[in-house]
Amino acid sequence: MIRFVNASKRYSSGFDALQNVSFHMAPGEMAFLTGHSGAGKSSLLKLIALLERSSRGQVIVNNQNLAKVSRRRIPYFRRNIGIIFQDHQLLFDRTVYDNVALPLIIAGFSHNDIGKRVRAALDKVGLLGKEKKYPITLSGGEQQRVGIARAVVNKPPLILADEPTGNLDPELSAEIMNLFQDFSDVGVTVLVATHDIALISQLPYRTLTLKDGKLVNDSQPAL
Amino acid sequence: MNSNKRKRETLNRPGFITLLRSYFLRHVQVFFYSLGQLSRVPISTLMTCMVIGIALALPMGLHTLLKNAQQLSGGWESTAQISVFLKKKITASQAQKIQSDIQRWPDVISVDYISRERALKEFQALSGFGDALKALNTNPLPSVLIVKPKLSQTNEQATQKLLSKLRNLKQTDKAQLDMQWVRRLYAIMNIVERGVLILGFLLALAVLLVVGNTIRLAIQNRRKEIVVMKLIGGTDAFIRRPFLYTGFWYGLFGGIIAWMLVSFTMLSISSPIEKLTTLYQNQFELSGMSFLTTLSLLGISIILGLVGSWFAVGRHLREIEPQ
Repeated sequence: MIRFVNASKRYSSGFDALQNVSFHMAPGEMAFLTGHSGAGKSSLLKLIALLERSSRGQVIVNNQNLAKVSRRRIPYFRRNIGIIFQDHQLLFDRTVYDNVALPLIIAGFSHNDIGKRVRAALDKVGLLGKEKKYPITLSGGEQQRVGIARAVVNKPPLILADEPTGNLDPELSAEIMNLFQDFSDVGVTVLVATHDIALISQLPYRTLTLKDGKLVNDSQPAL
Repeated sequence: MNSNKRKRETLNRPGFITLLRSYFLRHVQVFFYSLGQLSRVPISTLMTCMVIGIALALPMGLHTLLKNAQQLSGGWESTAQISVFLKKKITASQAQKIQSDIQRWPDVISVDYISRERALKEFQALSGFGDALKALNTNPLPSVLIVKPKLSQTNEQATQKLLSKLRNLKQTDKAQLDMQWVRRLYAIMNIVERGVLILGFLLALAVLLVVGNTIRLAIQNRRKEIVVMKLIGGTDAFIRRPFLYTGFWYGLFGGIIAWMLVSFTMLSISSPIEKLTTLYQNQFELSGMSFLTTLSLLGISIILGLVGSWFAVGRHLREIEPQ
């Protein structure tokens, strides 16, 4: 699903965010991406979501060489990726329902279909019944779950999460991780960037560790 | 499990018909959504539309007045005539021959022949110098052909051409266009027309800038929304659409306001103008904007709104990229 081949990212300032990163994630696999802040976690996710392009090497996502995805095709490419952000990136002037429905509206689903899928996604994250609320009235954990519902409503084969538990207490964090496990169980590839080592250590998943832009460790779970 | 997975994949994308239907539905939705957005901020929307309306009403009103002036003076023009003074040695029969020749020219409506004797009689009767003329042994007046040019087209050049053609006849002593002032009026109206055109162009540019700037602010206000849309796969066209429709509404409302301003102005000056024309014993009715002119005003206004927002969106949408 995701394949990095000697991928590097150098910003125009001369800063090397990633250097010669190579790894492969199979479809349906779940993995953590970790490292101290500035190690290149966000840059790596940006390369996958085509928010940035690699300076050297190849990035292949969903059998597409990203170097060959033109600017015009980027939106269509992104529709196959559910992205979850630390700061949720919700629209506060729209209801929960409208926030979650946005990817479906963009993709051009029919009205009926949208209703069904939005309710299914909200049910999945345990927010059914809060469709008409505005995100600002929800707690941080609930907001994050709205963000997750929006990321998965489209049923993308790949989910990227950038510090999804950054602002949450351990209990809520565990709940969020459980959600990701569920998605992984039904065949979705999940890559979660986090520096929450305590959380990762409890979970039996592969961990990719970045340090100063280099992939220094790629460990499979001990079990 | 396996069949579940397949189902998930087949359902992951809407079918072509669904896409087509959602596309048009989406346009209708955005059409009204953008109107709704504008109605949420009625005062600033009204102000923007007023600016557009006034900017368009100015050249449009002047254009309408000018059209009226042209219509009015079109009547005077038909009274324009060329007096051709024939050389004294030309006899009456020769003069009549020339008269019938000129009569056949395509750019001439009629030729009136005034013989020397008739001219003398008229002069004596009308000028009050009758006794003085009697003192002369010979008739000092030449015979005159009064040529009425065909002027269905308000064309100054055609008249000039006819005049020089008449001047170049070897029998002609002198030919002169009566009512020089009509010509001057036309010259002035030409200048005014050009001025209205330039004014209209500049104000259309102003409308473009006003719409562009308003849309630019709207884009900046909704920066976050645009970022989110881009993150979850919104195409440029999708993101652009509401702004273009907003520009459309600005144009439409601005055009309607311009139409109302012009109509109201014409209405309020029509009665004093009627009074004025009756003083000149002239029947003239001030005509407002025709249906076609109104339509083109609205069309131009909408196009300006769309183009203005198109420029703003094109310039600023690309700058906003998710970080």
